[in-house]
Amino acid sequence: MLLLPITIEALIKIGLLIACLMGTTSYLVLLERWIAAWIQDRRGPCRAGIPLTNIRLFGLGQPIADGVKFIFKEEFTPGHVDKFLYFLAPVTILSAALCVFAVIPFGSVLPFDFTAEYDHTMVQWFGAEALPEYQQQNVQLVATPGLDVGMIYIFAVGGIAVYGAVLGGWSSNNKYSFLGGLRAGAQLISYELPLGLGILGVVLLAGSLRLDAIINQQAHLGAWNVFIQPLGFLVFFVAAFAESGRLPFDLVEAEQELVSGYHTEYSGMKLMMFMVAEFLHMITAAFLMVILFFGGWHLWGLTGSGEQVTWVEAILRVLVLLAKVMGVILFFMIARWSWPRFRFDQLMALAWKVMLPLGLVNVVVVAVWIEYGDRLAALTGLPEAGIMAAVGWVVLIASWLVVTVCAATNFDNRPLRGPETSGHQAEGATSP
Amino acid sequence: MKSDDQRIAWIEEPKLGTTGKMYLPLFFQGIATTIRHLLGPKLTVHCPEERHEIPDPLIYRGVHRLNRDEQGRVKCVACFLCATACPAHCIDIVAAESPWPDREKYPQSFTIDELRCIFCGMCEEACPVNAIELTSLYDLSGRSREEMIFDKEKLLSVYDRTRDDEPMPSNSPPQQPQPGETP
Repeated sequence: MLLLPITIEALIKIGLLIACLMGTTSYLVLLERWIAAWIQDRRGPCRAGIPLTNIRLFGLGQPIADGVKFIFKEEFTPGHVDKFLYFLAPVTILSAALCVFAVIPFGSVLPFDFTAEYDHTMVQWFGAEALPEYQQQNVQLVATPGLDVGMIYIFAVGGIAVYGAVLGGWSSNNKYSFLGGLRAGAQLISYELPLGLGILGVVLLAGSLRLDAIINQQAHLGAWNVFIQPLGFLVFFVAAFAESGRLPFDLVEAEQELVSGYHTEYSGMKLMMFMVAEFLHMITAAFLMVILFFGGWHLWGLTGSGEQVTWVEAILRVLVLLAKVMGVILFFMIARWSWPRFRFDQLMALAWKVMLPLGLVNVVVVAVWIEYGDRLAALTGLPEAGIMAAVGWVVLIASWLVVTVCAATNFDNRPLRGPETSGHQAEGATSP
Repeated sequence: MKSDDQRIAWIEEPKLGTTGKMYLPLFFQGIATTIRHLLGPKLTVHCPEERHEIPDPLIYRGVHRLNRDEQGRVKCVACFLCATACPAHCIDIVAAESPWPDREKYPQSFTIDELRCIFCGMCEEACPVNAIELTSLYDLSGRSREEMIFDKEKLLSVYDRTRDDEPMPSNSPPQQPQPGETP
């Protein structure tokens, strides 16, 4: 009787999460198309409404039409693929993308004791039984409350996405898919490092790998990590874009200029699983960005910052978190049309030559701050968060100036010149 | 060609300025442009319900029409200038003795293959009597190739449909060439 209410509670949360995620993903596709259209001065999908009627609803029926279309598409499996791995790849990437959400909080807590309510009902229905000694006050709005390895779990499961990409490319038995898989693998693995370094500063500061603890730390401090560690945020932000395969780092797919990548040979529902996984990666990245750097559910003067909440505060916290996530997703979608795609060598150089050192600088600064920060605050008598923010911004500007002076963001991939001809000689020699 | 070939002209690309090296200012410039377009006016229209404004219907090059004169007769005099001028060879005219006293010939049949037509408007330029014109009707569709071959009746009906919106440039008799103007 002790485990049953927890199981039911978890099942309710998992069902809610998966249903919301799938529904959200299909509507994010519509939003993506709308934003793409608006930025290109078009109107976007606006015709499909309620099926079998003429009601249009601004095109809100488009996901239904897309879904039906995907279901009825021919699902063609080429004869030359490795069948087992070919089927395994989309399943891997989609299930990994969904599993990440097990530890991501989608709110704070609800002031509602599910276990007690459950026991109460059981007593009413079946008579008095042994009441469990389990004491949980609130319903935690995360599928696995109190998982101490939260961040490590996200990294471990998120890393499986690489397997999906590489497996999909390799099992297709097609050289373009294979190259796409390698390209995706190289990109995803390279950007895991700056991603990890960006997170490390936050984890150091919060002293915990639990996402809810990280949010609570920001709420208690009253200053979000984006203000305190802007350099860490920059590194994480760039790496998160690359990890979710969005422009300007979408070399995983690069649909305008390269053969589509590791899922060239996929069609129908299996292709849809890849696409849903891509959108889920974006949602995950947005959630992580909000939780780690934008204070999660915290908003000054609105949501409070304590452990105990009223119903109003609890709902407000969910809404604030979701609004922030939506804002980040909107930025993802606008960013897609704002900047040209990086070349592959630029992508790699940005990861290894710029983002990795910057991430290390951030970790060092945060570590030094944790060691000596309280003494510095006591010495100057200023509020701790203020000094931290000042230090953080100074470090950001200084390190970006170093990047500028080294011109580290400008990369040259011109062909090598001949051994004996330097530029000027070659120019002089061109006029016979 | 090897990289040290004498015929290769090596061009130095322009050096990036500080803004370009910093990258971030350009980053904000990019997103400012996108957001301006995101919120700005939209250029496309909901087509079957709304139509694009055609700036000047008189010079638009859409479906052809065959003009009628004041008595409702076809204006064409079957001179074959349009068929000669047509680069797509889509005009087919069968001339016959005119039943009317004011001209020698008239088109017994006048057929335009709208699928071959490239809507260049040279037939309109060639016509000495302003008989053939291009209208501003642009949504031209049919269910078969035969349906898209417009005969005289159909071309005249296009005139009947568009005569009020797009009057002929000169409903008066065609101008006589001034003596001495052309050699």
